[in-house]
Amino acid sequence: MSMIKLTVNGVARSASAEPRMSLLDFLRENLGLNATHMGCEHGVCGACSVILDGAPVRSCLLFAVQADGHAITTAEGLRKDDGTPGVIMDSFMEAHGLQCGYCTPGMMIAAHALLEQTTSPSDDEIHEAIGGNLCRCTGYAQIVEAIRLAGRRMKDAS
Amino acid sequence: MKAASFDYIRATSLDHALSALAESEDAIILAGGQTLVPMMAMRLARPATLIDLNEISELAGITNRDGYLSIGTMTRQAAALASTEVNAQTPLLAKALSFVGHTQTRNRGTVGGSIAHGDPSAEIPLAAIALNAEIGLASRTGTRTVTARDFYTGPLSSVRRTDECLTEIRFPIWSGTVGVGFQEISPRHGDFAIVAVAAQLEFGADKVCRRASIAVGGASANPVHAAEVEAALVGKRIDPRLANEVSRAVDPILSPTDDLHATAAYRRRVARVLTERAILEAAA
Ligand SMILES: Cc1cc2nc3c(=O)[nH]c(=O)nc-3n(C[C@@H](O)[C@H](O)[C@H](O)COP(=O)(O)OP(=O)(O)OC[C@H]3O[C@@H](n4cnc5c(N)ncnc54)[C@H](O)[C@@H]3O)c2cc1C
Ligand code: FES
Ligand code: FES
Repeated sequence: MSMIKLTVNGVARSASAEPRMSLLDFLRENLGLNATHMGCEHGVCGACSVILDGAPVRSCLLFAVQADGHAITTAEGLRKDDGTPGVIMDSFMEAHGLQCGYCTPGMMIAAHALLEQTTSPSDDEIHEAIGGNLCRCTGYAQIVEAIRLAGRRMKDAS
Repeated sequence: MKAASFDYIRATSLDHALSALAESEDAIILAGGQTLVPMMAMRLARPATLIDLNEISELAGITNRDGYLSIGTMTRQAAALASTEVNAQTPLLAKALSFVGHTQTRNRGTVGGSIAHGDPSAEIPLAAIALNAEIGLASRTGTRTVTARDFYTGPLSSVRRTDECLTEIRFPIWSGTVGVGFQEISPRHGDFAIVAVAAQLEFGADKVCRRASIAVGGASANPVHAAEVEAALVGKRIDPRLANEVSRAVDPILSPTDDLHATAAYRRRVARVLTERAILEAAA
């Protein structure tokens, strides 16, 4: 077991884990942050996406020990300070960007990473950003619309 | 789908990694983890010790030196794809990278990890074989360089010894007017290729092809270099008829097999067509 200290959504956290524990399991089980979803556990679905030091990555393909000393943002971090939905979450609801919601945290993390770069992404840029995230429900069109909407709202707000 | 237990070593320098590699029984290097960690989750890999290279900054970075673009083994695929230097000096690699996985896998996956792993359908080894990149290896007893065309010995296997670590991949920089083509058939964009073809051509002022590098991936145990096709292009002006004609010369060098994704016959057929298209793309 090793003690892992990291920053999650701006807050310093620590817990111990065996080296074989994925960051995904660590977030959900040791830190009680269960917004990040577990889909395939081998890198193909994107449900487990988190931001590591500013870049979106799959948390099932990172051992928690590797995140020691690093900064993570999870879907919990996309809420407003008062706990209500942030602009990306709200846009997903508004534009019907989800049905069962399984893929949604990963989609929102991918959207967040994209909208940090540009608030008016092209459709190609949106497709590229969520290309590694599978959704079995929506057919993707409403997700693309939700991301476009969130971008517009962010631009209007700035 | 959880990895078996292992000892974890966070290497802090190349020397540290090389000593750990020499001293530990059954130790494996962990680079971006985009292939190794899924294999561990599926228990296809069960290393006793993982030596993590991710905190070694000296192994990442791109430098233009002595006619080569040297790419540190731990350079993320995303960083290489975003690099203006890669785009300007080694446009074939830049093009190949855009087919490798997705934003999220490229943010972790490394250039050297893909070369070390040596999947028969992987795009980065294909570009390395087309350009005959040089692969730098280090162990506690010394360093050596192996060219990409001599590196592989079969699917997922190479001449790398278990105590050796890749340190850098040197891609030759071509001067003059260079055109590149990269053609791939895959189930979805971002998936491994069923078949892919990489072509880099250099042209004189008269549009005559002066130099050609072409390789085919996914249709043999490792990507193969198409010397006969290259020879048939040099000294000629490229038009659709020539591209069609010379592309037939890839057939004898292929040894495709049937698998879940495609039959051997399909791979052969597609390899020829993609060669033709890659040549035309590079000449356009
Ligand atoms: C969803 C998904 C889609 C993908 N799509 C593609 C694709 O389209 N095309 C493609 O080519 N790849 C694809 N990949 C795999 C690619 O992302 C990996 O990055 C790459 O195959 C391995 O690089 P890595 O840095 O992740 O290496 P790791 O997974 O860490 O290591 C792979 C192997 O190489 C060895 N190794 C790594 N670095 C070194 C070194 N410096 N010295 C010695 N040995 C070393 C490791 O010990 C291990 O055996 C995909 C992966 C995923 C999860
Ligand atoms: S759970 Fe990580 S990619 Fe599917
Ligand atoms: S909403 Fe169900 S998987 Fe995307």
